Amino acid sequence: MILVIAEQRGGVLNRASWEAIAAGQQLAGSEPIAIAIAGSGLGGIAGELAAAKVAEIVTIEHQALQAYTPDGFTAAFEQLIAQTTPKVVVLPHTYQTRDFVPKLAARLDRALITDVTAIKKAGAETAFVRPMFQGKLTADVVPQGPAPHLITFQIGAYRADQAARGASAAPIRAVAVTIDPSAIRQQPEAPFQETKQAVDLSQAERIVAVGRGIKGQEHLPVASKLADALGAELAASRPICDSGWLPMERQIGSSGQTVAPKLYVALGISGAIQHVVGMKGSRTIVAVNKDADAPIFEVADYGIAGDLFEIVPAIVAELQK
Amino acid sequence: MKIAVCIKQVPTREWQPRLNDSKTWIREQDASYEMNEPDAYALEEALRLKEKHGGEVVVCSAGPARVAQVIREALARGADRAIHVEDETLGGADAFVISAALASAMKEERFDLVLTGLQSDDQGFAQTGVILAERLGLPHATIIMEVDVRDAALRVKRELEGGWFQWVSLPMPAVLTIQSGINQLRYATLKGIMAAKKKEIRKTPAVAAAPKQKIAALYVPEKGKKTQMISGSPAEAAKELVKRLREEARVI
Repeated sequence: MILVIAEQRGGVLNRASWEAIAAGQQLAGSEPIAIAIAGSGLGGIAGELAAAKVAEIVTIEHQALQAYTPDGFTAAFEQLIAQTTPKVVVLPHTYQTRDFVPKLAARLDRALITDVTAIKKAGAETAFVRPMFQGKLTADVVPQGPAPHLITFQIGAYRADQAARGASAAPIRAVAVTIDPSAIRQQPEAPFQETKQAVDLSQAERIVAVGRGIKGQEHLPVASKLADALGAELAASRPICDSGWLPMERQIGSSGQTVAPKLYVALGISGAIQHVVGMKGSRTIVAVNKDADAPIFEVADYGIAGDLFEIVPAIVAELQK
Repeated sequence: MKIAVCIKQVPTREWQPRLNDSKTWIREQDASYEMNEPDAYALEEALRLKEKHGGEVVVCSAGPARVAQVIREALARGADRAIHVEDETLGGADAFVISAALASAMKEERFDLVLTGLQSDDQGFAQTGVILAERLGLPHATIIMEVDVRDAALRVKRELEGGWFQWVSLPMPAVLTIQSGINQLRYATLKGIMAAKKKEIRKTPAVAAAPKQKIAALYVPEKGKKTQMISGSPAEAAKELVKRLREEARVI
């Protein structure tokens, strides 16, 4: 059996759950699949998940799981896995699973492979493909030791609409777990947003984004001139916002905004996976980087390997002709 | 307050990957190395907490002899002493093996707080800190952007996706994984570098732990898209790019 663990917050299903279901279906072959969801008040979400072509939906309802905590979720899924003995446990690679799944794997003493983008089957062995060294290399990783193996899939690696839907709704089964609320050591408060986002980059038709290659805040006009010439919004990779050169609200990537404009121009951005997941859906991607082997060129439609301080002004001049 | 910071030595950002003969790992001897960036932020946070609350900062690293470089750097920035779990096989080890090595060397120290980066820039599994917490029997919180210590209790700001955050309270001792950008890094002063030479580095062997993963193959990524590389002088390349964006992609 393959167990897919879906994710919800406040009664809303995380769309990445459908991507994990699609990955689980590819992995399963003829194995039956169960989808599990934990929390409280899960009726609506269970009904939504029941549309998937799977053997069953398992709900774990408990007052102590109403707000997510790593201690609570580890305890709940440890018990579910003991009851259902899956061969593989599949999850989306979200900030929530990054928080509790390594703990769950350590508790079970089982292998965990995170941030997987593809599955490679060779005979009896299954390898999981994932980036390493900031995307400079790709690795085929084989989990070692007894089942279950825990696998988290990178956001966007599988498409939610690829998940097969069943002819009729999958049965929903409630599973009881024992959780001692006093054993949960984290006390979470309600999630909040720092500032009202003044800039909604997801609506921009064109974006010019800068990365470490811009070297210093004083060089930002090089990029903003290109943005002006293209009628584009200016954005950045995380290190630029960390340094305070541009506000956090202009950050693209897993911890910032996800965008899919008509044109995305990446200047001096190496293409670490945390950035690429936020922009790879763009229709046309242009990359300018001094390193011809930078991973950004793997997602780019057009690439120029060279010094952005020479190339960008030349592009601006060309646009103004 | 007794604070541990777990740091990893990783290849520099400028490093051009070269593979070993079996194409299952990098040629470690060819790489140049630096402190894993999120770990540098964890170290900075520890130094700031010590400045505010007093105590001691102990830097812990599991790796081959070469990791002494980043340990020295951490001591030069202000850490008080270091623990080096030294084993030549730890360079490419997985998070389970590294966590086991660190946990066994750290257990007796009874730290009040353990900080580390949220993930490493080499394998990037984002697991070591959380597995270490479980091995040490401590509560944890991940992807932290602010740390507030009050009366043996922590209140930390956790980053969620897409610009959302959440405050979480947890008792000490605890393990936190720190997000890049939580603070502004300091650099070592000459005085710090001189002082570091006298600081204690306790070396300890690694405990045996079974790996939970095998890298069957390591390779340069296969291109998913057909990237058109445009060459020539800056002016020529710019002209060609603008032409293709206008006529081929039709996005301007």
